Amino acid sequence: MEERLLNMICVGCPVGCDIKVAVEDTKVLSVEGNNCPRALEFAKAEVANPTRVFATTVRVSGGKLPVCPVRSRQAVPKNRLFDISREVARLVVPAPVEVGQVILPDACGTGVDIVASRDLKTEEESA
Amino acid sequence: MSDMHVDVAIIGAGPAGVAAGIGAREAGAENVLVLERDWDLGGILQQCIHPGFGLHTFKEELTGPEYMHRWIKRAHEAGVQFLVNSMVFKMEPDGSLWVMNPEKGIFRVVPKATVLAMGCRERPLGAINVPGSRPAGIYTAGTAQRYVNMEGYMPGHKAVILGSGDIGLIMARRMIWEGASVEGVYEIMPWAGGLRRNIAQCLDDYGIPFYLEHSVVKVHGHDRLEGITVVKVDENRRPIPGTDRFVACDTMLLAVGLIPENELSRMAGVDIHPVTGGPVLNEFYQTTRPSIFAAGNVVIVYDLADWVSQEGFAAGRNAALYSAGTLRSSERRIAIKGGKNVRLFSPQFITGCCDATVYFRVTHPIEKRCRVFAEHGLFEQKHRYVRPGEMNEVHLKGAALQALPESVAEITIDAEEV
Repeated sequence: MEERLLNMICVGCPVGCDIKVAVEDTKVLSVEGNNCPRALEFAKAEVANPTRVFATTVRVSGGKLPVCPVRSRQAVPKNRLFDISREVARLVVPAPVEVGQVILPDACGTGVDIVASRDLKTEEESA
Repeated sequence: MSDMHVDVAIIGAGPAGVAAGIGAREAGAENVLVLERDWDLGGILQQCIHPGFGLHTFKEELTGPEYMHRWIKRAHEAGVQFLVNSMVFKMEPDGSLWVMNPEKGIFRVVPKATVLAMGCRERPLGAINVPGSRPAGIYTAGTAQRYVNMEGYMPGHKAVILGSGDIGLIMARRMIWEGASVEGVYEIMPWAGGLRRNIAQCLDDYGIPFYLEHSVVKVHGHDRLEGITVVKVDENRRPIPGTDRFVACDTMLLAVGLIPENELSRMAGVDIHPVTGGPVLNEFYQTTRPSIFAAGNVVIVYDLADWVSQEGFAAGRNAALYSAGTLRSSERRIAIKGGKNVRLFSPQFITGCCDATVYFRVTHPIEKRCRVFAEHGLFEQKHRYVRPGEMNEVHLKGAALQALPESVAEITIDAEEV
């Protein structure tokens, strides 16, 4: 397998380093241009199995708001984002919702839970 | 109607205001009241449901609502009082506030010190002179974000984004995740407005085309947006003839800048800086009205909520000290001046008695090794680059400032190639 040089922007933190990643097959040989070790982890994942934290909303019945924000507790494979999105779109969760509450366990077999990212009271409760 | 007397009143329960409340309580203020016009606390971060917040404060990446959840919990524990559904509609020069809410009607809050934490607003279509019709389907990116993430409405199915501010980039990805298409992001400048990582994870990840030096020269559609004409612009931002093309879309989101929200500040006679659009401050976050303090995006628009919370906390602390009559002060007034490549900065003055941090943005990017510095040898830091989309910091040490000769009346800050 021949060595390739990939240009990436590390999304590990808001700095967003421009990194040059030397790759052989799906193995990272070296990373240049990074300010911190996070970039190496990012590059390894990006080459072998890119992942992202997914954030969307889920429909809520009887809540102060009609939708509640949710997120994947950890990063999920990038190529499963739309599957998870469609799965979450099918759900309706009754209010009240609590931050951290599991909304969809083991989303699409990824082993990662989708959890609520805010408290949402019922329509009647005061804020 | 009876007045409410408090030590510190804070306008706005977003990241700046909530942290200001905690800062004020921890500095010893007894009665600390935060006034919020929305029904819930958290400000704009309620609708920023994507991860990316809190890496500095909590050492992990949280979504906006999670980030505020932690701060609000801490504020409740610290004994900060909140009034929601409460609109401040007038501020007096002494920092007194006229408020209305559904329970108490109209009432006055009389604080010993006030913290402005109203945040900022988005520049609307009217601010950017786009020719053509005015059909439905044109929103600021933040309005669309609220519709999608809090109200449960999709603003359209085939979108374009004008401007490349972070909210626009985040909304491009959000629209894609909700099943819409995004035809392109058009930025008039030769560089992106938002963070690099948002270009990568919001546009590149989904193959959304990103056009620099492009603008919209016509809006099409009578009742509903049907498309836009985009054009390439030259280095003077003028359309280049023959480069125009039609892009069909039913939705246009504007991410063309943020403006500090200072109507109340102006009413109270607080000096507003013509470039930042926020209050003129000293290093204590103190405005030109001594009992009125300000922090966060109402002062200068930050890149990260972490910085807003940090500044809010410090402003709240100083407001508490002021209310107790123990805020350090000095007669000295040293002006901060922006050098050749400085577009805007805050604070504009320092007294020179204590450590101070000056935040600034550059006018032009420098994509090579450069230094960010303050003259008189007060600060120097090497950077790999500086970019308009990313705030720079200059840290001035109190001891070094005190050692400056009396003749020094100003300190220039700048960024330049090395």
